[in-house]
Amino acid sequence: MEHVSYSDQSKSTFSLADEDHTLANAVRFTLNQDPRVTFSGYSIPHPSENRVNIRVQTTGDPAREVLKDACQDLMLTCQHVRSTLDKAVSDFKLNNTGKDMDTK
Amino acid sequence: MSEVDDSMSEVEEQEELQRKKEENGSGLDYILSLESVPSKLPPRLEELKTRVFCKSDAPVHTDTIQYSGAYAALRVDNSLRLDNFCQNFKIELIRLTDDDMEFDMIGIDPALANAFRRILISEVPTMAIERVYIANNTSVIQDEVLSHRLGLIPIRADPRLFEYPDTTGTDKNEKNTIVFKLHVRCEVGQPRITVKTRELEWLPHGSELHSEDNNRDASSKPRTFTSFNCSQDSLPEFPKSPIGIKDSDIIIAKLGPGQEIELEAHAVKGIGKTHAKWSPVATAWYRMLPEVVLLEEVKDELAEELKNKCPVGVFDIEDIGKGKRRATVARPRACTLCRECIRGGKEWEDRVSLRRVKDHFIFTIESTGALPPEELFTEAVKILEDKCERVIMELS
Repeated sequence: MEHVSYSDQSKSTFSLADEDHTLANAVRFTLNQDPRVTFSGYSIPHPSENRVNIRVQTTGDPAREVLKDACQDLMLTCQHVRSTLDKAVSDFKLNNTGKDMDTK
Repeated sequence: MSEVDDSMSEVEEQEELQRKKEENGSGLDYILSLESVPSKLPPRLEELKTRVFCKSDAPVHTDTIQYSGAYAALRVDNSLRLDNFCQNFKIELIRLTDDDMEFDMIGIDPALANAFRRILISEVPTMAIERVYIANNTSVIQDEVLSHRLGLIPIRADPRLFEYPDTTGTDKNEKNTIVFKLHVRCEVGQPRITVKTRELEWLPHGSELHSEDNNRDASSKPRTFTSFNCSQDSLPEFPKSPIGIKDSDIIIAKLGPGQEIELEAHAVKGIGKTHAKWSPVATAWYRMLPEVVLLEEVKDELAEELKNKCPVGVFDIEDIGKGKRRATVARPRACTLCRECIRGGKEWEDRVSLRRVKDHFIFTIESTGALPPEELFTEAVKILEDKCERVIMELS
């Protein structure tokens, strides 16, 4: 991974190796939800190269920190999704033991 | 928010707009400082933000508005706070069987839902046959075709208990390889036989075939293709149910009289991105929740016509007394958005509005059998977390 930045810390492009739309699109989403971000987007420079470039521009904070926060947010979101699913599954199993599991 | 709050805020919103117009911005700061001023979008904008509208030629307003400052001009904050997400996010299970699951995921952006789907298909690991050592194959099916067929057989083994093979593939031990043996023969004078997956026999002690090794001294034990230190079924972490093939009646080959297949198949851990045989799902997909709205009352003959238009029976007819009937939307979830109901002129488009809820996903996972579907989803979410962690690590 490289970190391309100029004298201005608030505008950076991050190049992530071995990643694709899966992570880049999710991170772009969390970045866009951050009020400190003025612009964020990603591109895949070449389809046969496993690499994405994520561009982050902020209102002033270092782009590196904002990207880190976005990843942190995404992780916490994932954890919440996981615990919600676990709960839904255990509730479902409790309510449906022995019963025919039918579609609505 | 409850229904009452909604209607109240709408009224207040109109008042606010009214006042904005009157005072032309001068009193805006004062108005916004009031606690009762809602930070909510006007109903029409809210509708465009949360719904896809399916018109007769194409869907419109399909994009999700992600940017936090998208409604800054309206003084509405579009950013998503984590506690906000936690409050609104819901999962409702619809169906759960051993290898199939359907659930509603509500309050999440397609960027995340799609990430989970992509990971399920191509990045959750499973075990699949990767190397086949053929000792004898006199059947009509060629070695390479036979090997390919073997590779696609789903294996019932928890991939979390195994390690990825090392890149050279030389060190094959009990932690990264599962060995199966297949030896079938159709005797001369017998009818043809069909070889099915139940003939595959798990070898917990590892390979039994001797590898050709020229500089081997005669005293040592003959080398095989694996180097297991102990039997796999003796390892404590392996579950009580033995490792095996998920479905016992998949056809592998057919043998005529006198034909024989003798081979050994080695299964290793991998991901669907490398080859589809490692994909843990038959498929995983989602669709957005359909919403069917009748914009005006559809009565009597028209109601009958509308009901008959829909091939999946979304609409129903109710009696409203005095011999009058009215169309109702009975099963919007069944809607496939075939748009048959809005065909037949603009008048139908004005009567029925077909929409999809942008943040409500009906997620379906069909497992091939290595793991139950609910665990597959959990694994997929964990993989996305690992990816984030990797980025954070590399940035620190």
